Amino acid sequence: MNPTHYLMLSALLFGIGAVGVLIRRNAIVVFMSIELMLNAVNLSFVTFARMQGNLDGVIIALFVMVVAAAEVVVGLAIIMSIFRSRRSASVDDANLLKY
Amino acid sequence: MGSLTGTALLAASVAPAVSPTVSPTAVAPSPPIAAPSIDLIGVLPVLIVLGAACLAVIVEAALPKRQRFVTQVVLAVAAIIAAGVVTVVLGVRGHYVVTFAGAIAVDSATYVMWGSLLALALVAVPVMADRVIEPGGVFAAEASAVIGSPRAKQATAVATPMQTEVFPLALFAVGGMLVFPAASDLLTLFVALEVMSLPLYLLSGMARRKRLISQEAAVKYFLIGAFTSAILLYGIALLYGYAGSVKFAAIASAAKAGGGSDLLLLAGIGLLVVGLLYKGSVGPFHLWTPDVYQGAPTPHSAFMGACTKFAAFAALLRVMQVALGGMAWSWKPVLMVIAVISMAIGAFFGVIQQDLKRMLAYSSVAHAGFLLLGVMSITERGVTATLFYLLTYGFATIGGFNLLMLVRRGGLEAPRLADWAGIGKKSPAVAATMTIFLLSLAGIPLTSGFIGKVVIFTAAMNAGMGPLVVIAMIATVVTAFFYLRVIVMMYFAEPPAKSVGGIDAPTVALPSTLTLVSIAVCAILTILLGIVPQPVLDIMHVTFPLLS
Repeated sequence: MNPTHYLMLSALLFGIGAVGVLIRRNAIVVFMSIELMLNAVNLSFVTFARMQGNLDGVIIALFVMVVAAAEVVVGLAIIMSIFRSRRSASVDDANLLKY
Repeated sequence: MGSLTGTALLAASVAPAVSPTVSPTAVAPSPPIAAPSIDLIGVLPVLIVLGAACLAVIVEAALPKRQRFVTQVVLAVAAIIAAGVVTVVLGVRGHYVVTFAGAIAVDSATYVMWGSLLALALVAVPVMADRVIEPGGVFAAEASAVIGSPRAKQATAVATPMQTEVFPLALFAVGGMLVFPAASDLLTLFVALEVMSLPLYLLSGMARRKRLISQEAAVKYFLIGAFTSAILLYGIALLYGYAGSVKFAAIASAAKAGGGSDLLLLAGIGLLVVGLLYKGSVGPFHLWTPDVYQGAPTPHSAFMGACTKFAAFAALLRVMQVALGGMAWSWKPVLMVIAVISMAIGAFFGVIQQDLKRMLAYSSVAHAGFLLLGVMSITERGVTATLFYLLTYGFATIGGFNLLMLVRRGGLEAPRLADWAGIGKKSPAVAATMTIFLLSLAGIPLTSGFIGKVVIFTAAMNAGMGPLVVIAMIATVVTAFFYLRVIVMMYFAEPPAKSVGGIDAPTVALPSTLTLVSIAVCAILTILLGIVPQPVLDIMHVTFPLLS
């Protein structure tokens, strides 16, 4: 397998994630799309590690997983608290602050 | 076949980590890997702050509720002061080192950045402990309680003490901010960014009053922040793919040698810079700034406005000069356009704001445009100018935001422009102090903001960015309009009627001693740095190029 294919797949996944963030309404789905972007980047890191012949990229991927886990903890806490007070997780409903 | 060679490749690179005596089947006998040097003295300020943050978490769990508040405040302030003292001692001794296997560079610029950041944090963090202006504290007593539930009502009731988790969170954020501009590889940069950002997201959602707005600010900040850190991370991945390493020095030498894929390099630079500009609330990446500054608890807005901006621009300085300095021809034109957009957005949207918190947020966007001039200079003077400007901007912003807490209406903050009408008659002290900060932000002589603008515009002129400086001056004039409008309102407008629709006229509250001291220090430094800036400019004179 040509490693470039993995890079293309990674770019594709990153793109899908980015589009998801921009067009989805539910904060949880938006957040999942962000996680998809992070994992797409991980795929890039691992592929580049193999192409470059060093392990830096693999180690970075591990770090990214840890950071993503920490982000989930904080993110879900914030989304949970706004959901409980509004009974909705739609990002369109959160519109008190504007202009 | 491909996977076979891949396995061999990985095995070959794993081999050095395994000592030959333990594993005789290693592909090639190689000398044992040398442990990287770790200089704990050089990073002592960071260790103090992060150590105190961990200690504060334990305090939160171990101490009874009554004793926590005092302990946390003392711990936070003591940690920041101790870290500041250590920074000064190490900086005077000239303890310069690149440590943790090239992950952290401690040079004269790093000490200047750490010292300034800690000074800003020292005036910003104690204000979070104010329990006089708002009985119980500006932060929520129970941030997790559902809004409108009996539990939340009880928690918001007068004088229920605030959550003391605020202080460990603030300390973690400060720790991340210290590592951020010292990072010398992109992985450390990313981790520091997250350590800095995650507590900031949480703190944004913890206001005692206007809980819905505060939570909304937190969600917006978090979602956009996480989105941009994913973009930044993709930039890091592409740069790693280009250079085969995430170390700034390796990226710089790979870019100098050329030969790799330009697509990877340029796309990597682009995505990385977007992520950093977002944190500095620059130009078109500012969309979160007004909402978050308005919704977050005011002392936290002050902390974010000054310290986050400082950390983001200090990191940007190092990345742009050390890693991407050789590629200036590729990113400079783009950053020039972004700087102009940022100034324009800040200036024009600032003019139409009726809410002073939002106005200060747009002022932060305009100032980010000015700061980009210093970053783009890539000269010794450019670095000094940017750091000095960040410091002056930080003190004026912290002071300005904190004063916004004092004018209140019906128990809530009254940040609307109309509420500030005639404050000069009611409380000359508040109006005079606010005037100092606004004049400094506008860049009027005899305030620090003027000197900041002079040094940054001079540095940009010397770097051959004349036309950009002219645009920046026009933007300065436009921004001066909305700062001066507030001063006119405070002194020359009639105060609003005693009671409109059952809501009392705005009153001026008395703050706690800590807040009073913080505002006074900001005001004194804003004037002092405007009259005798030379000593500070001399201290900020860093050795160039920066270490890596």
